[in-house]
Amino acid sequence: MAEHAAAHVAHQFDDAEQQQAASELGMWIFLATEVMFFGGMILAYTVYRFTYPLPFAHASQHLDAILGGVNTGVLLGSSFTVALAVHAARTGARRLLLGALGVTIVLGGVFLAIKGYEWHHHYREGLVPGVRFIPTGPEANAIGLFFWLYFAMTGVHALHLTIGIGVMTVIAFLAWRGHFSPAYHNPVEIAGLYWHFVDIVWIFLLPILYLVGRHAP
Amino acid sequence: MTAGPRLYLVVFVVLLALTALTVLIASVDLGPLNTPLALAIAAGKATLVVLFFMHLKDAPGILWLAAGAGFFWLGILILLTMSDVATRGILPIPGK
Repeated sequence: MAEHAAAHVAHQFDDAEQQQAASELGMWIFLATEVMFFGGMILAYTVYRFTYPLPFAHASQHLDAILGGVNTGVLLGSSFTVALAVHAARTGARRLLLGALGVTIVLGGVFLAIKGYEWHHHYREGLVPGVRFIPTGPEANAIGLFFWLYFAMTGVHALHLTIGIGVMTVIAFLAWRGHFSPAYHNPVEIAGLYWHFVDIVWIFLLPILYLVGRHAP
Repeated sequence: MTAGPRLYLVVFVVLLALTALTVLIASVDLGPLNTPLALAIAAGKATLVVLFFMHLKDAPGILWLAAGAGFFWLGILILLTMSDVATRGILPIPGK
């Protein structure tokens, strides 16, 4: 076991523990930059929602809060299975690791399928600015702004999730090849942090996109 | 409860309950409280994910620093910008 870990320590590190601490710090710093990345869009959303409160509420009524809630559950479920996968990697439970990663990848796919169904529905309703946008009247421009932000935020989030599915597929392949052990499983931990971050982004997108206009006139 | 499948299951169930709660509350008109409440529930859910799923609870201080820096800077970004946008036109300055 110790030999297995030592084989994976890059030459700039003293030992496996230092390497693991460095990779976790690096991932957290990357995630802080990701907060900034989504933060620009959240700031634009905040400014325009402050400026056009009622049109934003009316635009939000076009979204299905139940579908949004179900998709939140799907993503939370995938975070649960990722937490299980990391636990399995730490304890060397190979079958649990493979199973948890498999369910994670499937749940990620289910989320994207539901998201795709919603996007298709918006297209048919004519709510895609620049492509097929039907609303007219005094609120049309502000509703267009809401849907620009909606497609930008959900689109970039879906891109992140697609990357996450790719990463988890590689991790599952490596796990299947017996690449990880309790002494060395940095990639599982790091990929898990990324997946949970994508989950957190969606936790905030649910209230600011889907739940704005549920009680509005 | 130590970190492990049982703790993760409890956290997952709480997260699902909070999601159902926020969707249900959204259709009740609470006046100006709807948005702060929805954001507070989201912040609570994110905190659960960060502390337990991402293991920040047992992580060294330097990871708390890295995690906190992102959200702290996001706070600056939004608060300072809104301190401008939200207060425009409050003072009746002649000739403006």
